Amino acid sequence: MSTLSELRSSRELLVNLTLREIRGKYKRTALGQLWSLLNPAAQMATYSLVFGFFLVSRVGPGNPSGLHVFAIWLSTGLLPWLFFNNVVTGAMGSMVNNANLILKVYFPREVLVVSNALSWLYTHVIEMAVLVVVIYLFGGNPTIYLPLTALFVVLLGCFALGLGFMLAIANVYFRDTQHFVAIALQLLFYMTPIVYPPSVVEKYKNTHGALVYIYKLNPLERFSEIFRNTLYDNRWPSLTNSLYVVIVSLVVLVLGQAVFRRFAGALAEEL
Amino acid sequence: MADPAIRVENVSKTFRMYKERNQSLKAALMRRRRAAFEEFYALRNVSFDIPRGTTFGLIGENGSGKSTLLKCIANILVPDTGRVIADGSMAALLELGSGFHPELSGRENVFLNGSILGLRKSQIEAKLDEIIDFAGVRQFIDQPVKNYSSGMYVRLGFSVAINVDPDILLVDEVLAVGDANFQDKCMEKFADFRNAGKTVVLVSHAMGSMRSMCDEVAWLKHGELLGLGSSSDIVDAYVDESRDDEIIHMADGSTRYGSGEAQITKVEILDQSGSPARRVRTGDAVTFRIHFEAKNSIERPVFGLALETVSGVYVWAHHSRDGEFVPDQIKGTGSVDLRVPTLYLQAGNYDLHASIVDFTTTHIFDFRHGIIRFDVLASSPHESGGVASLGGRWGNLARTESDVVEAPEQTVASRNAAVAETGS
Repeated sequence: MSTLSELRSSRELLVNLTLREIRGKYKRTALGQLWSLLNPAAQMATYSLVFGFFLVSRVGPGNPSGLHVFAIWLSTGLLPWLFFNNVVTGAMGSMVNNANLILKVYFPREVLVVSNALSWLYTHVIEMAVLVVVIYLFGGNPTIYLPLTALFVVLLGCFALGLGFMLAIANVYFRDTQHFVAIALQLLFYMTPIVYPPSVVEKYKNTHGALVYIYKLNPLERFSEIFRNTLYDNRWPSLTNSLYVVIVSLVVLVLGQAVFRRFAGALAEEL
Repeated sequence: MADPAIRVENVSKTFRMYKERNQSLKAALMRRRRAAFEEFYALRNVSFDIPRGTTFGLIGENGSGKSTLLKCIANILVPDTGRVIADGSMAALLELGSGFHPELSGRENVFLNGSILGLRKSQIEAKLDEIIDFAGVRQFIDQPVKNYSSGMYVRLGFSVAINVDPDILLVDEVLAVGDANFQDKCMEKFADFRNAGKTVVLVSHAMGSMRSMCDEVAWLKHGELLGLGSSSDIVDAYVDESRDDEIIHMADGSTRYGSGEAQITKVEILDQSGSPARRVRTGDAVTFRIHFEAKNSIERPVFGLALETVSGVYVWAHHSRDGEFVPDQIKGTGSVDLRVPTLYLQAGNYDLHASIVDFTTTHIFDFRHGIIRFDVLASSPHESGGVASLGGRWGNLARTESDVVEAPEQTVASRNAAVAETGS
């Protein structure tokens, strides 16, 4: 795959652009990098308030971990979602936002999309590390599941990156894409069991089987279950879920980068 | 040359001229198409080689496709047909400081921009001091670049780009940056670059610098290659053509252009005795007399003369504003002299150009290209080659061995005396 070899040859650029994203994101803020933790914490607090107290979601204790903290349960679904959301949104704007660079300098354009994803991966890893510490504090023991969790974080990144590649191109041709995708992401957020447990939907399996089947096609639904399994429940994820996300993520990534390569040459004209 | 640095092969590039452009989805769906457009050729079947180690210029009017071609060479645009093969690492100075992040410090941006241009971290570290000093921003290098003045910003951008040290450097109209001091430094850097055998491709509207800096020039018009050759030939042809609507071809083969309020009727070359001549000798006292006719009164006119060899080497020019001779006004017919006490030109054929311009030297009343051609015959000082005659003298032989016959010093001196006698 020549994308890989291009990325390898420009890895210094990749590193530097990633650093630019990370450092530039919270420049001139008093709290600096702390914001990358405060933002998800604030969202988590809001959703905990709404779905933990106002609209009480019935969330059972982790099995077999015995954890029974709504905020932790929420975070295991919410943090991966935020990662996905940020990568897709950031990738989508990466061509348009760096138009001056694309018009003036040649370098493999993939670097812009990938560096955006890497900068969010960096943030996400910190968030997850904090979450893992909190899980230990509340008595969970996810140690043996952590390597697998890390692998799924990478796969989730690949999935988001693949979508990001396609949306980055689409957004150059149609600037509506970003607004359209913002709505789609909002819908997707509630179509994924993040603030409610999947059982809420699964109980309709017998009455509305087809709808539940479609609901389960959403790879993020699978990802969310997998992360809940390893981090909250502290057990192995199901083989079907795992295989499903591996295949979908890799297919989407390969497809995305193929689409990107196909259109990358014309970017300078279209911008 | 057998092994060009850049080979441009049948490159064509069309752009779409949009009558309406539907970048919104709704409009695209409603109209069932994304846009209505006409194609136009920015480049049409352009082919040429750029020899390794030369400075190569692209000239043409605005919209002639030269910047498009440069972007095709830089790989920013992809040609529709044909291809560009470049052999060697390449850096493009299309816009200085593009890719700087305003919130990051100068130092961080040097690393960022360097890596965009293809440098490794270790290479940038090795050159960091040179880059900072060249840009003259050491004091501010750890400040965010958004606080930089526009000059500092551009200087830092240039400094990074030029220190990338590529085999091929592409430059688009960016030389007009910075103050005179920085410009000199840039020119020096370009000269180093050329001496190091690197290839430079320039796009510029400054014909004077294109002529002096480039070895070869390609002239583009409406996307097609109109001329390719030595810079003086092509630049002259281009300048003549761009004046074509106003240019008048004279019976004697010379050309003129200008607004015509004042005209140069003729230029005479007067020899030592004051009589018109077409042949003078090296070392002679010569007077160039410009005869003019001003229909209206013209305030503070500036007269100019320029010399070229017939092969097109630009030798000399002098105008009367620099000569601090500016008459308050001229009207009617008259003449003005430029006295040259000693003609420091070696033997050869020379063309003289003459002009009358306004005091700002931007408005041309009359420009006579090649108004008179004259010969310079060998005389004394007789020197071995070139255009200028410096009147240099060999002598002062110093040796350590003692048994050398002394004498040549004296012979030269006495011959000089003899020459001085016959020459005066």
